[in-house]
Amino acid sequence: MNGQELRDVVIRALTEVAPDVDPATIEADADLTEQLDIDSMDFLNIIVAIHEQTGIEIPERDYPKLSTLNDAIAYLDEAQMKGASSASSAGGSSG
Amino acid sequence: MPSLGADMDAGTLLEWYIKPGDAVHRGDIVAVVDTSKAEIEIEIFEDGVIDELLVAEGTRVPVGTVLATVHSSAGNGKPAVTAQPVAPAVTAEPVAPAVHLAPHEHRLRVSPVARRMAEQLGVDLSEVAGTGPDGAITKVDVERVSQAPAVAHAPAVAAPVAPPAPPVPPAPPPPSPDAGAAARQAAMRDAIGALMARSKREIPHYYLEREIDVSRGLAWLREANLARGVNDRLLPSVLLLRAVALAVTGLPELNGFWVDGAFRPADHVHLGVAISLRGGGLIAPALHNADRKSLDEVMAGVRDLVQRARAGRLRSSEMSDPTITVTNLGDRGVDLVHGVIYPPQVALVGFGAVRERPWAVDGMLTVRPIVSATLAADHRASDGHAGSRLLTLIDRWLKKPEEL
Repeated sequence: MNGQELRDVVIRALTEVAPDVDPATIEADADLTEQLDIDSMDFLNIIVAIHEQTGIEIPERDYPKLSTLNDAIAYLDEAQMKGASSASSAGGSSG
Repeated sequence: MPSLGADMDAGTLLEWYIKPGDAVHRGDIVAVVDTSKAEIEIEIFEDGVIDELLVAEGTRVPVGTVLATVHSSAGNGKPAVTAQPVAPAVTAEPVAPAVHLAPHEHRLRVSPVARRMAEQLGVDLSEVAGTGPDGAITKVDVERVSQAPAVAHAPAVAAPVAPPAPPVPPAPPPPSPDAGAAARQAAMRDAIGALMARSKREIPHYYLEREIDVSRGLAWLREANLARGVNDRLLPSVLLLRAVALAVTGLPELNGFWVDGAFRPADHVHLGVAISLRGGGLIAPALHNADRKSLDEVMAGVRDLVQRARAGRLRSSEMSDPTITVTNLGDRGVDLVHGVIYPPQVALVGFGAVRERPWAVDGMLTVRPIVSATLAADHRASDGHAGSRLLTLIDRWLKKPEEL
C-alpha cells in the first residue's frame, strides 16, 4: 500500500470508532487520543481495524508509535516494508 | 413498557420484530424502544405465541403500559411485554398518532439508527448484509456498504427478496439530524440529572479510597498480550472489572438494590459498566455474571457492550439489572473519582489513571504503577467496614492476576 492508501486505512479505522468526526478536521501531527476523544477500548478497536485492512500485527509495545495520524502512517509504511523484506528473505529469493 | 433504568418514565416503541402468531421464547428480542437515553432492544420474558401487538410503532407510552399479549403454553392470552407493571395494565393515551403496522412476511431487521442513516446516505437496505443479532442490519453495516465502491450497487431490477421495511415515523419528527441529536442530548442530560439528583437526595453516600500497586497485574498483562493477536488482547480495565466482581461476591451488603425502604441483596454479580457516549452523556449497562466469567469473556463482554452502547443496541435486561457499577476514568487522566451511586444500587467503584508514583516496599523507596480505587457506598445498606473490606479485596485480587 502506498502512503495515500495507508492514510485511507487509518482514517477509516478512526472514523469507525469516532463516526462524528469529520476526517478533514483531523490534524496530522496532533495526538489522536486527545483530538478524537478516544479511550483505550477505542484505540484497541482502531488497531484491530488496521490489522483487518492491512494484515499488519501491531504489538502492544508499539502503540505509542501510532499516537498521531502521520506517525501511524509512517509506522505502517515501515512495518509493511519489513514484512515484505522478511517474507522475501524467508522465501530464499534474492530477486 | 418495561422500566429500563430508574431514570425512565416513558419510552417510544420504535420497531416490532414480531407479529401476531409468531412463536417467541424467553430472552428473544421482540422490539426496539427509544428511552430518552438510548435505543434499547426489548427481550421477552415468557415462552408463547404472540397474540396481539397493542402499541403501534412510533408511539410513546408510559412505563407499565402493556405492549403486547402472548398466549403462553397454558393457552391464555395475557399481558407479557410489560416488566414491573406498577399500575395494572395501563392503557395509555398514545402521545403520537398511532401508525398501522403493515404485515411483512420477510421483514428486514434494521436498527432505527441504521435506517435513518441509510435514508440519509441513500443506501438500499435490501442490499445490506446484517451482522447484528439474528442478522439485523446495524449502523456499522450501513456505513460499510455506503463506503464500499458503488459499482456493486446497481439497483436490482427484479423484485428484491426482502422488501425494505417502511421507515418508522419518529415520535416528533426531528427537523434535521443535528436538531434530533441535540434534542436527544438534552433529554439524556435531563435523565441523568434527574437520577443523580435523586441519588444525592436520597442516598447517604460515604466515600473511601485506596491506592493500589498494579505492577504485578500490568506485567502479567503485558506478558499475556505478547502471545495474543490484536483481536484477543486484554485491556487493563478488564483486570479491574474482574477484581471488583470477585471482591464483591463475599460482600452482599454492597451488591444489590435499595427498594421500598429495605436492602435486597442480589444473588449474582451483574457489573454495571459506565460507558461514556460520544458527544456526551453516559450509560451503565450490565455485564452479566461478571464473577463467573473469565478475563477473556469479560473483555469480549465489555467490548460488545461498548460497541452496542454507542450504536444504540443495548438490551432491556442489561439496562435494568446491574447490581453494582464500576466507572473507570483513568483513560481521561483523572487521579480519583468520587462517584455518585446509581439508584437503586448501593455502591459504585471508581478507578483513576494508572500512574508511576514513588512507593515504599519493605522499607525501600521504589517507583510503581499505582491506581486509586474509590468506593461510593450507601450508608443505609453498609458501613465503612464492609466498604474498606471491598477495596482491600480488590487490591488483593489485583496482586494475583493469574487467578483473575
